[in-house]
Amino acid sequence: MGVSSNPAVGHEPYLAPRGKVGDFLARLRGGDEIAHLLTLIFAAGVILITSLLVYELWINSALSRHTFGWKFFVTSVWDPVFNHFGALPFLYGTVITTVVALIIAVPLGVGAAIFLAELAPPRASDMLAFVIDLLAAVPSVIYGVLGIFVVVPFVRTALGPFLESTFGFLPLFKGPSYGLGVLTASLVLTIMIIPFIISVSREVLMAVPVDQREAALALGATRWESTIRVVVPFASTGIAGSIFLAMARALGETMAVTMVIGNDPRISASLLAPGYSIAAVIANEFTEATGALYLQALIELGLVLFLVTFILNGLARLLIVATEQRGGGTPA
Amino acid sequence: MNLRTIWRKTLNVTMLSLTGACTLITVSVLFFILGYLVYNGGRDLSWNFFTKLPTPVGETGGGVANAIVGSAKLLFLAMLFGVPVGVIAGVYLAEFSGKTMNFVVRYTTDLLNGVPSIVIGIFAYSIVVVPMRHFSTLAGGFALGVMTIPITVRSTEQFLRAVPNPLREGALALGASKWKTILTVIVPAAASGIITGIMLALARVAGETAPLLFTAFGNQFWSPGWNQPIASLPMVIYTYATGPYEEWHEQAWAAGLVLLGLVLVVNIGTRLVLARKTSVAR
Repeated sequence: MGVSSNPAVGHEPYLAPRGKVGDFLARLRGGDEIAHLLTLIFAAGVILITSLLVYELWINSALSRHTFGWKFFVTSVWDPVFNHFGALPFLYGTVITTVVALIIAVPLGVGAAIFLAELAPPRASDMLAFVIDLLAAVPSVIYGVLGIFVVVPFVRTALGPFLESTFGFLPLFKGPSYGLGVLTASLVLTIMIIPFIISVSREVLMAVPVDQREAALALGATRWESTIRVVVPFASTGIAGSIFLAMARALGETMAVTMVIGNDPRISASLLAPGYSIAAVIANEFTEATGALYLQALIELGLVLFLVTFILNGLARLLIVATEQRGGGTPA
Repeated sequence: MNLRTIWRKTLNVTMLSLTGACTLITVSVLFFILGYLVYNGGRDLSWNFFTKLPTPVGETGGGVANAIVGSAKLLFLAMLFGVPVGVIAGVYLAEFSGKTMNFVVRYTTDLLNGVPSIVIGIFAYSIVVVPMRHFSTLAGGFALGVMTIPITVRSTEQFLRAVPNPLREGALALGASKWKTILTVIVPAAASGIITGIMLALARVAGETAPLLFTAFGNQFWSPGWNQPIASLPMVIYTYATGPYEEWHEQAWAAGLVLLGLVLVVNIGTRLVLARKTSVAR
C-alpha cells in the first residue's frame, strides 16, 4: 500500500467506505451507471423496434387471418373486387423462382468457391473475392434494370424458343415465351445470389484446417479426392448455411423479381409463363389496396415472408457458426 | 499405371477444371452485366441529368435532380435515426452487456438484418404513414433508418472489441471512470472503423427501393420540407425502367450508373481504409 500513500496520487473517492447507497450514488456521480443505463436503453430500443415490427405485422393482418384462416394458403383466387384473397399463386411463384435459381446457382457458386479456396493462387483468390463481395453490394433495383433490358430480351428471343423447341414436350417448357416470366425472374435471382454463395462458401472452405488436406494428400489422394471427400464434407454444414442465406435473400427479393416476373397471379406449369411472387404483389398492390381486407391480406403475405426468412436466416447462421467453430476447434 | 490410377487422374483434372469453369462463367457473366450498365448508362449521362427536373414525356433535356436531392435527404434522415441507436447499442454490446443480454440483442439485430426490405416498408407504413395519413420523406427516412441499425450495431461492436485491452486498462488505471474511458479512449480508437460501418450501412440502404414504395412514394417535383412524398434515385430507376418510353429507359440506365457508382465508391473506399488499418495493426 505504499503506492496509495504516495502524494503524487491524487484524491481517491472510490476507496472511501460508504455503504450500498453511497456506493451507488458515487458511481452515479461518476457517470458509469448513467452510461450503462443509457446504452441499455438504446440496445433495448433495437429489441423494441424488432418486436414492434412483428407486432404490427400480426395486428394489421388480423382481419385477413380471421376471415380466411388456413384456407388463405391453399386458395388460388386473388380477386380484390369481390374480396376473395388466396395466396397460393404467390407462394408458388416465390418458391418456384427460388428453387430454380438455387438449382442453377448452387453448383456454379459452390464450384467457384472450391476453385477459389483450393486451387487459385491466394492473391488472385483474394482479388476475385473482393470483386464478388462488391457484386453482393449492388442494389437490387440495378439487377432489375439489367433483368429488364438484358435478360428479358435474351429469354424472349434466344433461350425461350430454344427451350421450347428442344424440351417443349415437357410441360415445364411449353408455350410461348414472352420474356417476362418465372424463368427470367429465376435467372436474375441466380445472378443476385451467386455472390453470396461464393463468398460465404469460400470462407468456410478456407476455415477447414490445412492438416485435413495434408492428411488426405499424404494418404495418396488426388487433389480432387482430398477436396470432395475431406474438405467439402468438413465444410458441408457451412456451405449449407450459405445456401440457406442465399435462399432467404431470394425469397425476400422484391424489386428485381417485380420487374421481370410478369406479375400475373396464375399458376402455370411452364417456366416460360408469367407468374407472381409474394414480395412482388406487395410492392405492386400495396398503395392501390382499397378496403381493409385487401390491405390486410397483403400484410399477411408480408408476415408469411417475414416468418420464412426468419427461420431460414436462423438456420443459416447456426450452420455457419457450427462449421467455423469446428474449423477453429481443431488444432491447426 | 493401372486403369484405376488413370481414371483417378482424369477425374482429378476434369473436376478441377470444371470448378475453374464455374468461376470463369460466374465472374464473366457478372462482369459482362456491369460493363453493359456502364456502357449504357455512360451514354445517357449529361449535365442536365444532374441539374434538371424531370420533363414531360416527349421533351428532351430532363434530369433527375429532385431524385438525387431526395435520396440525400432520405439518407440524412436514415442516419439521424439509425446511427445513434446503432452506435450506442453497439457500445452497450461491446462494453456493458452481460452474456445473456449480449446474446439477446445480437440475435435480435441478426433477425432485423434478415427481414426482407419490403416488410420493413410495411412496418414503416403502419407506424408512420398511417398515423400521419400521408406518404412523406419522414416515413421513407424512418424505413431506411431501421435498415441501417443492425449493420451499425454489429460493426460498432466488432470494432470496439478490436480495441486492445491495455488501452482500456491504461485509462482506468489513470483513474478515469468507465464512461470517460469509453468516450475519450475507446470510441476514438475505434472511430475510423465505426465510421466505416456507418458508411457501409448507408451505402446499402441508398440502393433500397422496396421500403420506399409506400413510405416516400415518389414525386415528380421538388419536395420542400420533410412532410411530403419525395423522389429518390432507386425509385426513379424502378419507375423509368418499367415505364413504356424510350427516354425513360435511357434515364433509368443513367440513374442506375450513378447509383452503382455511389455504392461502389463507398464500398471500395471503406474496404481500402480497413485493409490499410489492419495491415498497420499487424
